[in-house]
Amino acid sequence: MDRDSAQLQSATQAYRARLDTRFPQVNEVFEGCLQEALAVLSPAGVDAYLEAGRSIGKLGRGVEPLLAFLEAWPATAQNVGEETLPAVMTLVRHIQKSPNGQAIAPFLQTLAAIARRLQSAEALQHYLDIVLDLMERTTGSIHGHHTTYSSPGLPNFLAQTPALLAQLSPAGLARWVDYGVLNYATHPDRQQDYFSLQSADARAVLQRERDGTLLVDVERRLDLYLRGLWHDNDLLIPYSTAFDELRKPVPYYDHLGIRLPDVQHDAGGIRGIDRYRAMLAHIAGHRRWSSPQIADNWSPFQRMAVEFFEDCRIETLLIREYPGLRRLFLALHPHPVEGACDPETTSCLRHRLAMLSRALLDPDHGYRDADLNDYVARFHALLATGESSTAGIVSLALAYVTKTRRQSDQYARVHFDDTVIEYRDDNRHLWRFIEEGDEEETFSEERKQAEVEEIRGLPPRHYPEWDYVSRTYRPDWVCVYEALHPSGDAAVIERLLQKHALLARHLKRVLDLLKPQDKVRIRYQEEGSELDLDIAIRSLIDFRAGAVPDPRINMSHRTAGRDIAVTLLLDLSESLNEKVAGSEQTILELSQEAVSLLAWAIERLGDPLAIAGFHSNTRHDVRYQHIKGFGEHWDDTVKARLAALRAGYSTRMGAAMRHAAHYLGARQADKKLLLILTDGEPADVDVQDNRLLIEDARQAVKELDREGIFTYCISIDTRANDYVTDIFGHRYTVIDNIQRLPEKLPELFMALTK
Amino acid sequence: MTIDVQQYLIRQEPYYQPQGREVQLYEAAYRNRLPVMVKGPTGCGKSRFIEYMAWKLDRPLITVACNEDMTASDLVGRYLLEADGTRWIDGPLTTAARIGAICYLDEVVEARQDTTVVIHPLTDHRRTLPLDKKGELIVAHPDFQLVISYNPGYQSLMKDLKQSTKQRFAAFDFDYPDAELETAILAREAGIAAELAGRLVKVGLAARNLKGHGLDEGISTRLLVYAAKLINDGVDAGDACRMALVRPITDDADIRDTLDNAIDAIFA
Repeated sequence: MDRDSAQLQSATQAYRARLDTRFPQVNEVFEGCLQEALAVLSPAGVDAYLEAGRSIGKLGRGVEPLLAFLEAWPATAQNVGEETLPAVMTLVRHIQKSPNGQAIAPFLQTLAAIARRLQSAEALQHYLDIVLDLMERTTGSIHGHHTTYSSPGLPNFLAQTPALLAQLSPAGLARWVDYGVLNYATHPDRQQDYFSLQSADARAVLQRERDGTLLVDVERRLDLYLRGLWHDNDLLIPYSTAFDELRKPVPYYDHLGIRLPDVQHDAGGIRGIDRYRAMLAHIAGHRRWSSPQIADNWSPFQRMAVEFFEDCRIETLLIREYPGLRRLFLALHPHPVEGACDPETTSCLRHRLAMLSRALLDPDHGYRDADLNDYVARFHALLATGESSTAGIVSLALAYVTKTRRQSDQYARVHFDDTVIEYRDDNRHLWRFIEEGDEEETFSEERKQAEVEEIRGLPPRHYPEWDYVSRTYRPDWVCVYEALHPSGDAAVIERLLQKHALLARHLKRVLDLLKPQDKVRIRYQEEGSELDLDIAIRSLIDFRAGAVPDPRINMSHRTAGRDIAVTLLLDLSESLNEKVAGSEQTILELSQEAVSLLAWAIERLGDPLAIAGFHSNTRHDVRYQHIKGFGEHWDDTVKARLAALRAGYSTRMGAAMRHAAHYLGARQADKKLLLILTDGEPADVDVQDNRLLIEDARQAVKELDREGIFTYCISIDTRANDYVTDIFGHRYTVIDNIQRLPEKLPELFMALTK
Repeated sequence: MTIDVQQYLIRQEPYYQPQGREVQLYEAAYRNRLPVMVKGPTGCGKSRFIEYMAWKLDRPLITVACNEDMTASDLVGRYLLEADGTRWIDGPLTTAARIGAICYLDEVVEARQDTTVVIHPLTDHRRTLPLDKKGELIVAHPDFQLVISYNPGYQSLMKDLKQSTKQRFAAFDFDYPDAELETAILAREAGIAAELAGRLVKVGLAARNLKGHGLDEGISTRLLVYAAKLINDGVDAGDACRMALVRPITDDADIRDTLDNAIDAIFA
């Protein structure tokens, strides 16, 4: 015995010597680490382990990296294989050579957790590549090959990786990193915020890259499910599961709506959407069959038992209603092992109740406990005659608690394995307390009632923006504020129209030609407004020839209405204030004339028309101003708004187009047309890259196409050809002679809608 | 020219399960020869009811399925050209007025309004039908009765009866039978067990709850009968329901998915 321990001592000493380090802290942990390493590593692996430890100890980064490595490596090797060590060491040397030396410790500290998550050498390699890529792209350089500034985001990122990988696949993580690097490479502070998950878009992109079923994607289906199968409906409100590692929130419902987790992964052969359905079915059952109980006189244990019993009663009734739910519930319900909990040392109440719950739902539960089987029989007897009630189940539950109570139920150590039933809500609706208790636990803070204040405008709407470099959307990137355009003097517009009286007369003729077009001839009528000679002669020939003639020799007309909804979007950026060459008028005034004429013309045709103007001042402030709504006529209020047009700021076209499409898409019409009148390329003061907003507008045109909205651009920028083609393809007209805009615009519209 | 009345008689008793007092009320209407209008969603038993009443009253029944290309001459009759001149041929409405049949215009709103006005003189105290082209005025046979049906669920501006037409009829409002009755109807009509019929009805209810939330019409009793017949033929219940109940009524992926889920939950 002594000799053994002495041998062990000397062996440990020999291993310890190979580390070749004098840090005193190492002595305290070395023996434990070594035991673990000997247990999981091959002899060659142990040699490599000590060698790697030796080189990490000599990096000159203090003791922390070495300790982290010694502790992390055995567990890492167990999960991803010891042959990954060279790759890890290569990365460590890379970090060491760069200015990012302080990141080695966090990298090694999180390594074990990451290996536990990834479970394969390939995935770990993928992760190492991501770290290296992030480091190289965010480390500042001044003279090209001298990298002199350390990466601001890397340490934060390394600290976050376990949390990130818990929700993302390595590929998703790569995309998330990519996004951060692309957008914040030049902002050290924001980069830190992003990689420490502080900033809003870090979380938004994280949400986007998560795998699993997102509530927002299936919300309509769940809504239909609740309506169709349960004849119930309520608001579905997602809560975040991403940032609450310690206390996992549970579904619940209150007067505001039904709260569900924001994402559900496929698990145990059950798809995410079906897990949502299980939650909704359970909640719908409570709403249908449960009644609140006054619980002041009950202990928490008693309440817990009542909840378990009541949940099972509800689910039994649900299964009666839809037998297919049994398979779903049983697939999601844990199957605790009998005897897994030792009642001598641990509180087994949860375990007992979870077993009971399983037994109540699963006829082939296979538990042998006498009390349990006795109460399963009682439960089924209670429900055999009908639905029973919450009050009825309470007495059964209380009796069960009394019958099976043990001293150990009070212990602090609670057996939690296999006792969490994820699809069940927290049953807050079951309890009424006459006195304020302190055991109410809610995970969402009570929202403060916002003080009622006068609403100045509509709340902003957020739109994504297309980033052509990474080929992804930046979620909720742009804020659009909408409002009614302020009014001015309608007489101004009247005067402008007066000025163009001649043109208006000419237009009127064209319009009248357009209008009666809605007569369509219908041939082959037995009764109609006139004889269709061709057919009549054919019939007569048939008749003379002795064949049966076709009696449908008349034709009639029917009216086919135009069904076009139009939105005219005006770019009101600063450049509109410039004077037109060789004239006293500004582009803005000419646009006013043109828009007035067009609105007047469209009014005559009777197509629904909306007019809006937009300008922007950074992505946080895109203004969208309604000048005419679809429901308004071309009257003095609209003219007054048009008269007050002012130009300023810049042009963030994509967001304005998406917002216009939001309204136009809701119209019922065969054809939807979005006309954009602009005088320059999309640009904004917070964007350095000229292409960015052009590409975003192009993407917006594609989106609108998918929604069935036809986009057409009228540009009065004579140098417009290149970028306009990029954005609108062939759907644009450049009006070189701006003076003629007022007559061109209505003509264009008519040509488009013929 | 004699008309073979026999061909229009209903020989077999059609199966009809009354939902209320409609049989007695219809008999009263017929005793007074009031024109009758039957309203209700598609496939809820309107046509079956009329067929059953024709059998019960032992009257010939002439059914016309209306469509928008139907002209007045399709109802009243027309001249046909023959080698040596022309020949008049009666339309179904004229035939019914001559022989004293029940004339049933199914889905009458589909016909254009200038067509439906030809029934006006037949539906008031005159009970006559002028044949303008032929220059004849038919006085309706004392047993003649006019019945029309339409589906008010379409709610289209273009497809509605004029007030002047509506006001000429006594009307019955039909709807899908309640669950218990519908179960009985299914079991009887398709020869399946009541338990299975009950499950099919449950699928129907799930869909009817979605009316107005992406579905224009719920699943009709007729479709439920189809599904029952398929199951009776040995088709798997899930497949039969998908084929007969879900696919015909919707192209919306979310609704399809929800109803498929309901079917899986019901036929576990």
